[in-house]
Amino acid sequence: MGVSAADSLLAVMSFNAAYARVIDDDDLERWPDFFTADAQYRITHVENVRDGLAAGMVYADSRDMLIDRISALREANVYERQRYRHVIGMPSVDLLEPGVLRSHAPFLIIRIMHTGEMTVFASGAYHDEFVQDEGSDLKLRKREVVCDSTSTDTLMAIPL
Amino acid sequence: MTDTAVISFAGSVCSDESRGPYPVPPVDWPRSDYSRVPYWLYHDDRIYHAEQERIFRGPTWNYVGLEAELPQAGDYFTSFIGDTPVIVSRDPGGQLQVVVNRCAHRGAIVRREARGNAETHTCIYHRWCYGHDGRLVGLPFLRGVKGKGGGMGPDFEKAQHGLRRLQIATYAGVIFASFSETAESLADYLGPVFLGHLDRLFQRPVRVLGYQRQRIAGNWKQYLENQRDTYHGSLLHEFQSTFGISRVTQEGGVTMDAHHRHNLTWAKTATDDEGDFTELYKKDRVHDSSLRLQDPALIQFHREWDDGISLAICGIFPNLTVHQISNSLATRQIRTTGPGEFELYWTLFGYTDDTPEMTDHRLLQANMVGPAGLISMEDGEAIEIVYRAICGDRQANQVIQMGGTGPITDLRHRVTDMPVRGFWAYWAQIMGVEPEGAVR
Repeated sequence: MGVSAADSLLAVMSFNAAYARVIDDDDLERWPDFFTADAQYRITHVENVRDGLAAGMVYADSRDMLIDRISALREANVYERQRYRHVIGMPSVDLLEPGVLRSHAPFLIIRIMHTGEMTVFASGAYHDEFVQDEGSDLKLRKREVVCDSTSTDTLMAIPL
Repeated sequence: MTDTAVISFAGSVCSDESRGPYPVPPVDWPRSDYSRVPYWLYHDDRIYHAEQERIFRGPTWNYVGLEAELPQAGDYFTSFIGDTPVIVSRDPGGQLQVVVNRCAHRGAIVRREARGNAETHTCIYHRWCYGHDGRLVGLPFLRGVKGKGGGMGPDFEKAQHGLRRLQIATYAGVIFASFSETAESLADYLGPVFLGHLDRLFQRPVRVLGYQRQRIAGNWKQYLENQRDTYHGSLLHEFQSTFGISRVTQEGGVTMDAHHRHNLTWAKTATDDEGDFTELYKKDRVHDSSLRLQDPALIQFHREWDDGISLAICGIFPNLTVHQISNSLATRQIRTTGPGEFELYWTLFGYTDDTPEMTDHRLLQANMVGPAGLISMEDGEAIEIVYRAICGDRQANQVIQMGGTGPITDLRHRVTDMPVRGFWAYWAQIMGVEPEGAVR
């Protein structure tokens, strides 16, 4: 990457802050832009990962699938009005290979229902691989969202 | 204390009906064909406890897991039958075993891990140690401390204090257990249609791809209804009808067993006319979606069976749904935690001889199911909004009459919720609360 460890850390933190804001502000159409065209995005939980089981809650291997998920949420899926508040912690960042940053960042997601009910919906960690696009912005080529709990309350509509 | 209250290795615990702690309150059915069902049956505590006793711990066969989850001797996993915790295992001799996961001493949960491999099961509380078959093999201080006394006394017999061992039957690698020694055989319980369907789905050895758990704040019976109300699918789940995964215009139907307790809803993709579909769904102003997929790999159906069936939702009373939605395969086990809450335990699977491409395709299609499923995410919510609205009501009834009233029959279409009436007919029978002139 040719940048210092501190620069990498700041870049990933700034990326995660923007990512959280897009989801929490219901600006979901912009969410796929954080990924490369051939990105993998998974949501699973610790036991599936521990047992080497590939299936989770969400399994996408292209940015188009993320676009499709948002279109489906907007046009087809029916769910109670709700939003998230992401709190993404300090990532650990290292260089996986030239041009690829690997990062682990813990997260906490509060779900706020239209009724005012507020719950800890998910906690876990993002297991990420970042690359730089032409404009030298970071893009995710892989984000594996590993939830700490094996159980989901009612439904998971909005991405984590 | 009478013998019937003792949990013994020999089994046979259930007290006779007159002494049963949970009598079923009388049910005043508005109609004898179950086209009206009182809301209080969903949220009444007495009903819930009686159901545990008469249904889940009664003469039924409950799904507990797949043989593929226990490849090695000593493998075990924990599961539930209704709200009773159980351990399902392959003992060191290779035999399958299902025992109640509750220590015969003070009633603690014995095995707390989700899965593992072990020679024995030991309770943490006082270290009572059991074999896979539930036999009590040892306990500390059985004879007391030398020179100081103590111990369990001379009349304590280990053979009388095992984990409750359940009846087991498997079919095509699917494991069922029963609390009842007088339950009909599994083959009779399932009947030819459902044996045939399990053959169809489990003809090749299976491999688990992953697990999902989903908590739903509603009554477990609502989920059985949801699975048997086949016409909600194309209305609630717009994703499904838009992409032709399930539409009432397709060739399809509902098939039940002789008691109407199990149901198979099936459909064949691409057997309808796009114009007919659009006209019907537009005329009834259901939806007019402009949704298009950028990456249509998700909805492709690779034909795996000669029958051409692309959607098969199979509900086996009381706690199992097995689905084939295109090439996505999963079992869904209901675990109740009270009248107003249950968990769905999803086991996604494929076949051991799947090509890597097919495994990948099944993983992609898993996006359609489960709590984040593009198709099935709405079911949990539909159940919750019903439960929230009915949970204080002791007077009103719900309406179940799409497909007509009166006798309960199989159909060659899916504009129906008749299997929901079939479910209630069997529920009333097993609970002992059938109305006069009840349809069965």
